[in-house]
Amino acid sequence: MPAIDTDILIVGAGGAGMYAALSAVRSGAERVLLADKSLVGRGGATVMAQMTVAAALAEESDDDIDLHLADTVGAGRGLCVEPLAAALCEDAPARIREMEEWRVGWARRDTGRIAQVTAPGHSRPRCCYVDFLNTGPAVAATLRRRVAQVPAIRRVSNLTVTDLVTADGEIAGAVGLDLTEGQAVTIAAKAVIIATGGLTRLYRRSSASANMGGDGYALALGAGAELTDMEFVQFFPIGHLAPRLVGMDPIMWDPFRYKLGGRLLDSAGDEFLARYGSDEAGAYTTPRDIATYAITKEVAAGRGSPHGGVYLSFQHVPRAALEAAFGPVIDRLARHGIDLTRAPIEVSPIAHYHMGGIAVDTTMASRVPGLYAAGEAAGGANGANRLSGNAIPEALVFGERAGHFAAAYAAGRKPARWPHDGEAVGRIARLAEGRRGEVSAPELLEELRTVMQDYVGPFRAAGGLTRAVARLREMRAALPVLAIPPGRACNPGLADWFELRASLIAAEAVAVAALSRSESRGAHQRDDFPQTDPAWARNQRVALAAGGGAAVT
Amino acid sequence: MTTLTAHLSVRRGTADNPPRYDEFAVPFEDGATVLDALMWVRARLDPSLAIRYSCINANVCKECTIAVDGRVAYACTTRLKAGAVMVLEPLPGKPVLRDLVSDTRPPRERL
Repeated sequence: MPAIDTDILIVGAGGAGMYAALSAVRSGAERVLLADKSLVGRGGATVMAQMTVAAALAEESDDDIDLHLADTVGAGRGLCVEPLAAALCEDAPARIREMEEWRVGWARRDTGRIAQVTAPGHSRPRCCYVDFLNTGPAVAATLRRRVAQVPAIRRVSNLTVTDLVTADGEIAGAVGLDLTEGQAVTIAAKAVIIATGGLTRLYRRSSASANMGGDGYALALGAGAELTDMEFVQFFPIGHLAPRLVGMDPIMWDPFRYKLGGRLLDSAGDEFLARYGSDEAGAYTTPRDIATYAITKEVAAGRGSPHGGVYLSFQHVPRAALEAAFGPVIDRLARHGIDLTRAPIEVSPIAHYHMGGIAVDTTMASRVPGLYAAGEAAGGANGANRLSGNAIPEALVFGERAGHFAAAYAAGRKPARWPHDGEAVGRIARLAEGRRGEVSAPELLEELRTVMQDYVGPFRAAGGLTRAVARLREMRAALPVLAIPPGRACNPGLADWFELRASLIAAEAVAVAALSRSESRGAHQRDDFPQTDPAWARNQRVALAAGGGAAVT
Repeated sequence: MTTLTAHLSVRRGTADNPPRYDEFAVPFEDGATVLDALMWVRARLDPSLAIRYSCINANVCKECTIAVDGRVAYACTTRLKAGAVMVLEPLPGKPVLRDLVSDTRPPRERL
């Protein structure tokens, strides 16, 4: 059984994890293990980002950090943890400039200035990007190159961290599953940074990659940390619905709207956002929570499109303008039979981002000594609703901070002693023996996504939430008897079982927090409590319950 | 109403064993991809089928590269065909780990 000894274990190698690794070494860490269940720098959410990265660079306006913070806090509907939001806005320009030094290639105007566009909810043109729709791949590739040049960073792909290990309440390491060999790996570590992203894969309709199942939240709960704001799942309002596109991210219409406006239409071809208090007049200004609300209500009222969404039209935009803004993308759309000058496409809300996450302070430390979180996995900065453009700076800023502070923590510690965790290690070998059973993990993962979509989606009510919690607990009780195909090497049944175990606890955390919050605010809309209640202007925490479930504290 | 079906012939097994081909019949939907079909098989017919993927629909991770009817292709962007049998095999030129998964990890990212 492989045994690894390191100073800092980073779980997840997207934007936050890679930046954390670079920062930890810059702050003196001598041994960093950067582990990803997928391939380093290729899985997760960063690589999927299409366009906007918000930072008060003031390249195109009189912007400053306080204005960015005011917009972020305003969008958060009273729930942003302000010190975290302030850290995000303060550090974002330095991180964006550093990425430029590392040759990420932000788009520039003819004047040479970095181009910045105005995204919904921002009071200034603040969002930079890499053309065309290439922000995420460019950021990921830039960080991948940097990380590969640092000998102190050991990269391991296809390693799933299944359990964190504590000794006397402090982080001592982790147990991992080497997916290739199907064997347990022990990792002694002074500090752990969770950079696993969010939980949008828990929803049937999502823009998530396969790695966004909330496993970092399950790890943190298991180690004794608290989660915050778990009920706030952002639904991206205009996810692609029809006609079917392949090889293109379903949130691709966001950049189209930044550059070209576009019009949201009901089945009669009429603009409807004004009915919900948001008259766009050809621009793209409606915040995500309000747009999701409006679209869902239009569909419920029978004014939706054939596939259950609404129409998004660019028919009023001249072909030359489309081609100037998106060149090669227009050609790719044509190959799918889509001509935006001739017909609208159908869009509907899809799970896109999770505002909640691991409760941390501005050093990214959780309440468990040695346990840090970064990126989407950390909760609080975005409150009840995230501004578009704040996710990539969050990954870079919080990654940088987590790496720095984890390195400082680890520097003062003796080498971690591996406290033998026989249970977590033995479980992997036992599962690999295989098991007969009535149901398998992939089946239950599908059911989980349906339960979450139907009962814990953008609109919730006590009845559905109660049913969801009960069903999630039944599924968790079934974990010990699920069918598992036998075998070690590349046995997908092992990864499925661990994914389901983590997904169930993450899903339960969302559902219990949503059930508890008896009001509507931002991304959390209760049909049975449609008003915002000033008494609820506070953050909810979730911890592991005595019976192994998730409970609001 | 007739339901269209797509047929997959999938190479199975590890490097140590002689390969075999398993046939799967999958409901066909207009616009569906080979990866959609493989995920459907894993959830309903055979959870032991190994296939690597990450981004699912954006074609940015490139992890689902396999051979479709002998040609290198992404499972996530290859459209499913109704009627004909599609032969799915792991990426040629890389060590096979299991089923459709070959070892594409950079050497410096291995344990």
